[in-house]
Amino acid sequence: MARSSPERRRRARVKAGLSVYYVMFLLFIYGPMFAMFVLSFQGPRGGVTFPMRGISLHWWQALLQPSIVGDLRSALARSLILAIIVMVITAVFSTMLAMAFRKRFVGSGVLFYAIMAGLMVPGILLSLGLASLLRQLGLPPAWWSSALGLHVVWTLPFGFLVMMAVFNRFDERLEEAARDMGADEWTVFREVTLPLITPGIVAAGLFGFTLSYDEFARTTLVAGAQNTLPLDINASLTQRVQPTLFALGTASTLFSLLMIAVFIAVYTILYRRSH
Amino acid sequence: MTAVEPLSARPEVVAPRGLIGDRPLIPIEQAQPRIRRDPGFPVLWLITPATLWLVAFLFLPLLAIFIFSFWKASGHGLSPAFTLENYQNFFAVEGFFDLEHENFLTPSIFLRTLWTTFRFTATVMAICLLLAYPLAYFLAMQVESFKWQLTLFLLVMVPFWTSYLIRAVAWLPMLGRHGLLNEFLMSTGIVDEPVSFLLYSEFSYTMALVQLYVVLAIGPIFFSLAKIDRALLEAARDMGATPFQIFREIILPLSLPGVAIGMIFVFVLLMGEFATAVVVYGGKTSTTGTIILNYYGIANYPFAAVNAIMLMLAMMIGVIVILRLVDIRKEL
Repeated sequence: MARSSPERRRRARVKAGLSVYYVMFLLFIYGPMFAMFVLSFQGPRGGVTFPMRGISLHWWQALLQPSIVGDLRSALARSLILAIIVMVITAVFSTMLAMAFRKRFVGSGVLFYAIMAGLMVPGILLSLGLASLLRQLGLPPAWWSSALGLHVVWTLPFGFLVMMAVFNRFDERLEEAARDMGADEWTVFREVTLPLITPGIVAAGLFGFTLSYDEFARTTLVAGAQNTLPLDINASLTQRVQPTLFALGTASTLFSLLMIAVFIAVYTILYRRSH
Repeated sequence: MTAVEPLSARPEVVAPRGLIGDRPLIPIEQAQPRIRRDPGFPVLWLITPATLWLVAFLFLPLLAIFIFSFWKASGHGLSPAFTLENYQNFFAVEGFFDLEHENFLTPSIFLRTLWTTFRFTATVMAICLLLAYPLAYFLAMQVESFKWQLTLFLLVMVPFWTSYLIRAVAWLPMLGRHGLLNEFLMSTGIVDEPVSFLLYSEFSYTMALVQLYVVLAIGPIFFSLAKIDRALLEAARDMGATPFQIFREIILPLSLPGVAIGMIFVFVLLMGEFATAVVVYGGKTSTTGTIILNYYGIANYPFAAVNAIMLMLAMMIGVIVILRLVDIRKEL
């Protein structure tokens, strides 16, 4: 394809300009996090802004003392357990729903919009509604019951959309072939369907885990007496902000990044294996 | 493999022999159920658990808000009633209908807060769109190798999976009086002394919100751009269309559904926003979200519910307006 060279040069310029823009955009979204990371190593007498007054692990050590940030370790444990439960439920529900949506059924439209509503209704509204409802019924809220309920409503649409996309590209003839060879439904699912959709299930789980682990709005009124990590972070915001918060933020962000890396690695391995 | 009944075990159908070959013994409509028309697990089993979950944790809380908004606040809780007083308090202040009163036709603080919330949302949405579109365009149209496309896209999306409170906190060292931005402005000689409008201001609030939510706009726009058939662009080019014409007449219209979906995401999440205002605005402004929390805090559940209903209403109107402007059904 012979293309006039002025046009090729023009396209190269557009591409170069947009590449620069992309890098600046990355600076915009990662810059503040990076500044937080650097400041978490602030010297003992330093404050929450630059300049650095020496470099120390002072604020990281402070993070480990229970008296300062409260019951941080158990808050972290609760957040992790909650995130794992949400991950499992999101993965299972998303798969089941997407399998149902492969066929036409009565009420599928309503159900589709109900699932998507979880994405559209602000967390604060659901928290308010569930918290006042439980209060009226005399039931105590707890992170493993009411907060879990709202978290799944939030993560389900993401997992569902992932699984819908997976089944959109799914070759149904493979299942039909297995059925024709006499396999029953469970065998078809276990031997044919499941191995092919496992990467998708991992991706749905990623949404479940990471979104629940960081969720604040859908936890705040419905977690009961015990705090999860985002609630603890929010509580420490109302006190005087110290570099401890940056250490906590850095640790939490690094953990999130690690989890994303693990999920992507597992996804890639499973994806290669299933193709 | 599980054993299935062999063909021979099935009941033999003996068709009467006619003049022209075999005729089916039973009418075709009746015979159909024998052939498995509906393979897979029963739909009812698959949808029941998730449906019950959505009823309990999505439908019931919303229904509760609606019902409680008509109840009365009583000391530490709620008492069943049917009153419109809460709604009246939302709209009207004392002396609203009184010509002589200084508050005549003054909108209430709650209505004004809803308006402020909406104003911020609209500003942030516009900035998000301006930032997200070129980025999505770059990723979808300019990056040729799929591997790079995916990597660069994931790099942009990663913050979505990290704590949004922490990301709001991270703005503090950037924007304070001795923050990086001030240092930068001073070192380049743009200002002589640190400017204070950067933190705890509309500026910091807008910046933080854009950074938090722009990611949600990029995803849908990227997907709708990536789906555009390259042959269309090639054909237009061969027919002599200028790059600008190609963009205006092909790329832009085909990407509008993605733009609409992205804007709906950003819109609904921003309208329900409440935590960022405290972190980077020092709680100087309130959003309808913070009002809801405050009234929940003082155990006035009905009034919190009324604010919630009004927020929902404003959101629905916004979403309907966006859907009116762009038809997204093709995208779903």
